[in-house]
Amino acid sequence: MFVRLMERPQFSRVLLRTGVATAYLIIFAPVLMIVLTSFFSQEIISFPPPALTWHWYVNAWDKPEFLRGFVTSLQVALLAAGVGVPIGTAAALAIVRGGFPGRQAISTLLLAPLAVPGVVAGSGLYMFYVLAENALDRDIKATTEGLVAAHVLLTVPWTVRLVVASLQGLDRTAEEAAGNLGASPFTVFRRITLPMMRPGVVAAAMFSFIQSFENLDLSILLVGPGRITLPVAMLNYLEFRIDPTLAAVATVQILIVGVLMVMTDRFVKLSRVV
Amino acid sequence: MASLSVEKLTKRFGTSLAVDDLDLSVREGELVALLGPSGCGKTTTLRMVAGFLPPTSGRVLFDNEDVTSLPAYKRSTGMVFQSYALFPHMTAAQNVGFGLEMRGLSPPERDSKVEQALKLVRLSHLAHRLPRELSGGQQQRVALARALVINPKLFLLDEPLSNLDAKLRSEVRIEIRALQQRLGLTTLLVTHDREEALTMADRLVVMDGGRVRQIGTPRELYDEPQDAFVADFVGRCNILPGRRENQSHFRTEGGLLLAVDSAANESKDATAFALRPERISISPGAGGQTHGRLEALTYLGAQTEYHVRIDSELFVVVRPTPAAGEPLARIRPQDLVSLQWEPAAARLVPQT
Repeated sequence: MFVRLMERPQFSRVLLRTGVATAYLIIFAPVLMIVLTSFFSQEIISFPPPALTWHWYVNAWDKPEFLRGFVTSLQVALLAAGVGVPIGTAAALAIVRGGFPGRQAISTLLLAPLAVPGVVAGSGLYMFYVLAENALDRDIKATTEGLVAAHVLLTVPWTVRLVVASLQGLDRTAEEAAGNLGASPFTVFRRITLPMMRPGVVAAAMFSFIQSFENLDLSILLVGPGRITLPVAMLNYLEFRIDPTLAAVATVQILIVGVLMVMTDRFVKLSRVV
Repeated sequence: MASLSVEKLTKRFGTSLAVDDLDLSVREGELVALLGPSGCGKTTTLRMVAGFLPPTSGRVLFDNEDVTSLPAYKRSTGMVFQSYALFPHMTAAQNVGFGLEMRGLSPPERDSKVEQALKLVRLSHLAHRLPRELSGGQQQRVALARALVINPKLFLLDEPLSNLDAKLRSEVRIEIRALQQRLGLTTLLVTHDREEALTMADRLVVMDGGRVRQIGTPRELYDEPQDAFVADFVGRCNILPGRRENQSHFRTEGGLLLAVDSAANESKDATAFALRPERISISPGAGGQTHGRLEALTYLGAQTEYHVRIDSELFVVVRPTPAAGEPLARIRPQDLVSLQWEPAAARLVPQT
């Protein structure tokens, strides 16, 4: 009976769709729960909620640490992307186009930070910063510069990865065609190569921004008073209180990252490169 | 337009020889096709002429001026790529105008030339579309216009039709040829499609393994191939290895004696018998000197293809399909048939 059912195309299609729907449900359930609880009226989360409220969003807005964290995260993410994307793009060009030996090694080295757990990299950096502070006699840890430098370790690998992928898919005969029409190598790069790379670079910029903006593990040891990023601020809050305020903040964060992801996906199919 | 000469051109990639001591000339206004299987060095040759690849040795001359050391962007050739290679972020008009811009033309001059060029390829109405908004055939015409608008010294076509569907291909083939003749373009065409080469070219260069096998007009190559490779590559051919028996006969490896006319065959190294399928006539019955059994019969509309087994040799014969009442129309597989040909039509060529 079941075997006969399996042979029917509609049935196996239904089965596949059910499977896909279940997988999505499992993936999105936590996100959905966060969004839902942010509207629950009670401080101690219980189900079903007695009422729904905006109160936690107002509460989050009233807490200066979240707003300051948001501004700091924004600042750091913009700077880290601003520094990392040009460096990563140049490196990607050298890796794909360069004719020198050891390109593979450089590529591996540049992607390596992705393989190191953030906490490990963070504590390593912390110790390095302490040593550097002693040697240079100036503050590095708990400064925006120190944090940005650490986050560049996130933005460079992501940029290299995304731009290399987009360069590899690039039609090089278009560049030859431009040369054939009389464009010098520099003109070819400026007028043909760069515009064709643009989707990859834009995607890299957005993705770098997201990676830095939502990073917790690498930042946790490197922040200081007045230089606390939003994810760290949320963790700090969680140490003393547990109420839906955090869910409200998380919902806003999810919204920002989600919008950026969708925008990025319009430039480069993320599923192809991530 | 200029003429092109290529002298002793050689290209080595590591230890492999892509192009080996190639000599070639294209006269002003002439279309020469490089024809050969993939890997024969034809595209490498074209890329050296365009300046994308430096030759290992040899020279490339435009109008007797040595351009071998000139980079591609100073050679002023107009190339149409197999993939068209349009600039994806520019409209059709911007694509066509790019070469003019590089030549420093003022925007009004540019616009009027772009307009003319697009009109030439009948695309004026799509000037502001991006390449991805155009069909394959339209993209190809943009590529043609882009290459022609700069008044190149040399028109280079790299398998320009291979990405088009069969029907469009024969149309564009005629269109390009007409354009080439009308504008008197000195053209080098690379193709692996013999029909394309035979119909478009004034002269053909058949290449294999980096070397030239034979250069000649389509007719010369078809009727008087110099070796079995050329005979086979420019059209279907019955090629039977063996040796010359006497002045008027050739004996195949299977021992079959075939009529030839040695006056038409000067090749000393005659190790194969080559005869085009349409040069053989076929008749029912075992009356003729060369007869055998019909193995297969394929109706192709205007023509019919017969596979005839004589001893161990298989002959392919292509004839106009006989009218319903003719005796030939009644033959069936396994029937006995006789084959006949003009001895002069058979070529004795070196086996390759």
